[in-house]
Amino acid sequence: MKYLLLKHYRGAPVPENFVTMDQWTPQEITDHVQFMRDFAAKLETTGEFVDAQGLAPEGTWVQYGGEGKPPVTDGPFAETKDLIAGWMVIDVDSYERALEVAGELSAAPGAGGRPIHEWLELRPFMSAPPTVAD
Amino acid sequence: MDELLLRSLTPQVLGILVRRGADFAAAEDAVQDALVEAVRVWPADPPRDPKAWLVTVAWRKFLDATRANTSRRRREDVFDDEPAPGTPSAVDDSLQLYFLCAHPSLTPSSAVALTLRAVGGLTTRQIAEAYLVPEATMGQRISRAKRTVAEVRLDQPGDVATVLRVLYLVFNEGYSGNVDLAAEAIRLTRQLAAAIEHPEVAGLLALMLLSYARREARTAPDGSLVPLAEQDRGRWDTVLIAEGVSVLQAALARDRLGEFQAQAAIAALHADAATAAETDWVQILEWYDELVGLTDNPVVRLNRAVAVGEADGPRAGLAALAEIDDSLPRYTAVAAYLHERDGDPVLAARLYAEAAHRAPNLAERDHLTRQAARLNTRRD
Repeated sequence: MKYLLLKHYRGAPVPENFVTMDQWTPQEITDHVQFMRDFAAKLETTGEFVDAQGLAPEGTWVQYGGEGKPPVTDGPFAETKDLIAGWMVIDVDSYERALEVAGELSAAPGAGGRPIHEWLELRPFMSAPPTVAD
Repeated sequence: MDELLLRSLTPQVLGILVRRGADFAAAEDAVQDALVEAVRVWPADPPRDPKAWLVTVAWRKFLDATRANTSRRRREDVFDDEPAPGTPSAVDDSLQLYFLCAHPSLTPSSAVALTLRAVGGLTTRQIAEAYLVPEATMGQRISRAKRTVAEVRLDQPGDVATVLRVLYLVFNEGYSGNVDLAAEAIRLTRQLAAAIEHPEVAGLLALMLLSYARREARTAPDGSLVPLAEQDRGRWDTVLIAEGVSVLQAALARDRLGEFQAQAAIAALHADAATAAETDWVQILEWYDELVGLTDNPVVRLNRAVAVGEADGPRAGLAALAEIDDSLPRYTAVAAYLHERDGDPVLAARLYAEAAHRAPNLAERDHLTRQAARLNTRRD
């Protein structure tokens, strides 16, 4: 079963002793990025990795503008509360395993090399409908 | 070239290599290489004896790989280039592979992947596409599974029940890419049924055939779900139904009832009804009672509540439902259905909407939302 591990720029609960990334040392940032890379590679060797992507913080609201008209846009939406930073998709055998993976990912090192304890949002994918149903 | 014939030879060829002393992981790689070569060579130059051709080529590839990998350890001395023909039958070889690939030390998804490759002869890419994961991930999953079972001896008897669980998973859970996993599961179960006399293997095969027979009718052209009662029964595959019923009858005659036979019996009773109204719910309920005795699975109890509702009326169905844990998937959908039949469309609409919110897949969610909308917008 597949799960989405959602990282937020904003909108997630703020962990205790939170230090924004721009206050870390360059080496701490390098270590953090390396951890993320190693983490994805490790999940590939366990046969559980599906996808990992990051999103730019700047985005635009888009809406249908009516017949023959260009789409209506709004933004950047700097004031919205919830801002997604990126995601990882995993394919695991149980919910418990998904929790375990998310917990490990949340332990990525931050300021002082300590785990950042980032809150990640864990969401199950909709599956395909089963063949035996009646 | 017949790809299915080619793939059906996979477990036999692999079994022969293992029997000759090749370790399973290396033998499996060699067989895959031989399959790829067969696809390349056979169209222009078809072999007289496909199986012998595959064994020869796979064995050569195995020896080449082993020598390349371990030349310094001189392991090539362990193998003869012309080994004596294996004495045990190809049937035994294939059977042991089923057991190995479904070994209890494997996680379900690993067992599924390994079975599809080593027994089914599918490529890693095909399996990856069928389960919507990257090929590299599926490759690692399969390698890991092979390492996990590396120490398992192939001559130990396995547990048929674990094999059946894996085949059921292949049949029931997966996306539809270029590979029809349900059809593949039927092929592998058929092959297993030919190798072993076991009423539950036959029961699972019957269940698959009877469910697959209704597959076309279960989906509208726009992809939406059509519930059993509303299906166009003219679109059910009567050939598959006839085969399923006959496989099931032969299994039941052996008087060793099991879960899959009971499920197949229920599917057969549905298949036997010319219209939904003619469904023999009383007999279906009897089979559900058998099933509850066999498995005590809460999902079975939930389905039984539906049958009670049909056989004895919605009130009785709701009473049966009251004894079940309401956190079960699809509980709310069943409750909605029974309340609608009990004449409470307002409550039913609310429950359908709630059930849609909890649906495990998009097709069911859309179906349940439509049910709620139907009740919310009806005019009396």
